[in-house]
Amino acid sequence: MVSPARHNEGQRQRVRAAWLFLAPMLIVLALVALWPLLRTFYFSFTNASLVDLHGREGIGLGNYLAPVDGVWTGLFADPQWWRALWNTLVFALASVFLETVLGVLFALVLNVTFRGRSLMRAALLVPWAIPTVVSAKMWSWMLNDQFGIVNDGLMRLRMISEPVAWLADPTLSLWAIILVDVWKTTPFVALLVLAALQMLPKDCYDAAKVDGIPAWKVFFHVTLPLIRPALAVAVIFRFLDAMRMFDLAYVMTGSSDATMTVSVFARRQLVDFQDVGYGSAASTLLFLVIGLLTLLYLRAMRPDLSGARR
Amino acid sequence: MIRRHLRRSAFFVLVAGLFAWLVFPLYYAFVTSLRSGSAIFRVSWLPDGADFSNYVRVFTEQPFGRNLLNSFLVATAVVAISLLLGVTAAFALGRVKFRGRGTLLVSILAVSMFPQVAVLSGLFEVIRTLRLYDNLIGLVLAYTLFTLPFTVWVLTTFMRDLPQEIEEAAILDGATPWQLVTRVFLPLLGPALVTTGLLAFIVAWNEFLFALTFTLSDRQRTVPVAIALISGGSQHELPWGNIMAACVVVTVPLIVLVLIFQRRLVAGLTAGAVKG
Repeated sequence: MVSPARHNEGQRQRVRAAWLFLAPMLIVLALVALWPLLRTFYFSFTNASLVDLHGREGIGLGNYLAPVDGVWTGLFADPQWWRALWNTLVFALASVFLETVLGVLFALVLNVTFRGRSLMRAALLVPWAIPTVVSAKMWSWMLNDQFGIVNDGLMRLRMISEPVAWLADPTLSLWAIILVDVWKTTPFVALLVLAALQMLPKDCYDAAKVDGIPAWKVFFHVTLPLIRPALAVAVIFRFLDAMRMFDLAYVMTGSSDATMTVSVFARRQLVDFQDVGYGSAASTLLFLVIGLLTLLYLRAMRPDLSGARR
Repeated sequence: MIRRHLRRSAFFVLVAGLFAWLVFPLYYAFVTSLRSGSAIFRVSWLPDGADFSNYVRVFTEQPFGRNLLNSFLVATAVVAISLLLGVTAAFALGRVKFRGRGTLLVSILAVSMFPQVAVLSGLFEVIRTLRLYDNLIGLVLAYTLFTLPFTVWVLTTFMRDLPQEIEEAAILDGATPWQLVTRVFLPLLGPALVTTGLLAFIVAWNEFLFALTFTLSDRQRTVPVAIALISGGSQHELPWGNIMAACVVVTVPLIVLVLIFQRRLVAGLTAGAVKG
């Protein structure tokens, strides 16, 4: 037997080893996450520029909101910033809502045993695996106003009479991007929901069948409440991802005001205009907005992220 | 009887529709990539002929082979680093009880969730200070921001679920923690390593924002940036044939990889998300 004293010594050794094992990961994460994040916060209170990061001066809240010669300047007074934030919220809410509905539909279909189910399941992974930039390009081509197959198909079906400029029309372009995001990320939601569906107890469904309860009632009163925890997790993951969307908007519509998200706005200030201070302020605000919304969501939904449940 | 028949056909129409929605864009990219010249500007729903000149042009008009190699090297290095650091960290977090463990796990999870753009300027400074701007090593470093947190997270849950008995015997034999990790746990983690490694590879292969911002020259670019920047004579004359060929070239290896490891990937995705 191991004596208590030796056991204690062993435990201490183990804890020491644990910290030693954690150290490399913690150092790397500090270097690529914590430190850069703090620097971004700091830059947001300066007028640093990309060409000369060192020649900066503190300007207080100048990048956020400050009066200059009697006129309010800074992000809070910048209509383009508010437009970008609005676009980001519309994009995130609409795409997550559509992905969730469609994802549940896919999962319900895949939960039925039918011939060709494994083929369908494989197809589900196709949009997920395709790089976002590639999906953006493929859809830009399909949505091309003159030579696009989407316009061709809709005109053949007589649903539109003349070609639509999906990506150039400012009232449509954000929705075109939402469409592509829904295509690309519905599989992720579907896989999570499917995993939850496959863990549901079969007996209550058999009981419902015997009682002759219609399928839609069973879905809303039995299935939906049971998969709610999995849905809550899928929704928060998708929402956080959608709020930082960059690639689709950048590749499909460049820096058009109609689709500019906060990430596109911030990078444009940082890199194209070399204004590190202003760009960092935008990044900091996005970070705070996402943090706040996440806390509200976690409060309201209490999704189980702990891993206690399988 | 008729009603059952109707319902069955309705179901199959639904399945066919969903299937088409999933694979049509890739199919159409492939069809387009095999047409060139003015043929591209006539919409064709079915493949006609097999003209591979777009594929040749993708590789001759820009260093696309080099870009593919860059993506491959970066993704492989990211996978190696994430797994190496992830396994040791996961042992500490999954098998050893110490104060602050829960807080640490939550902070790691939080890192994987915050927006990349929030670290962009700070990371730019780090990369420039280390003289890694326009250098693939800089990208490898930057990508650990995404891959390390979920690698640690998924491996920790796998480690935690292994029974206590397996290490007790080794501890009684006087095994050091390092021996425990390499001799006892590593062999058991095989499937989890494949899954997390693949996920990390895909994330690194697909990343765009950092690759666009931290590289400058054609020869240091990764594939997503190269594809996004393919342009023709003028802004309104994009060489769609070339772009679609490039899209097919980058996507096919990924699809093959994903289909081979389908089950593992799905398990990893749902474990990574449902469990955190």
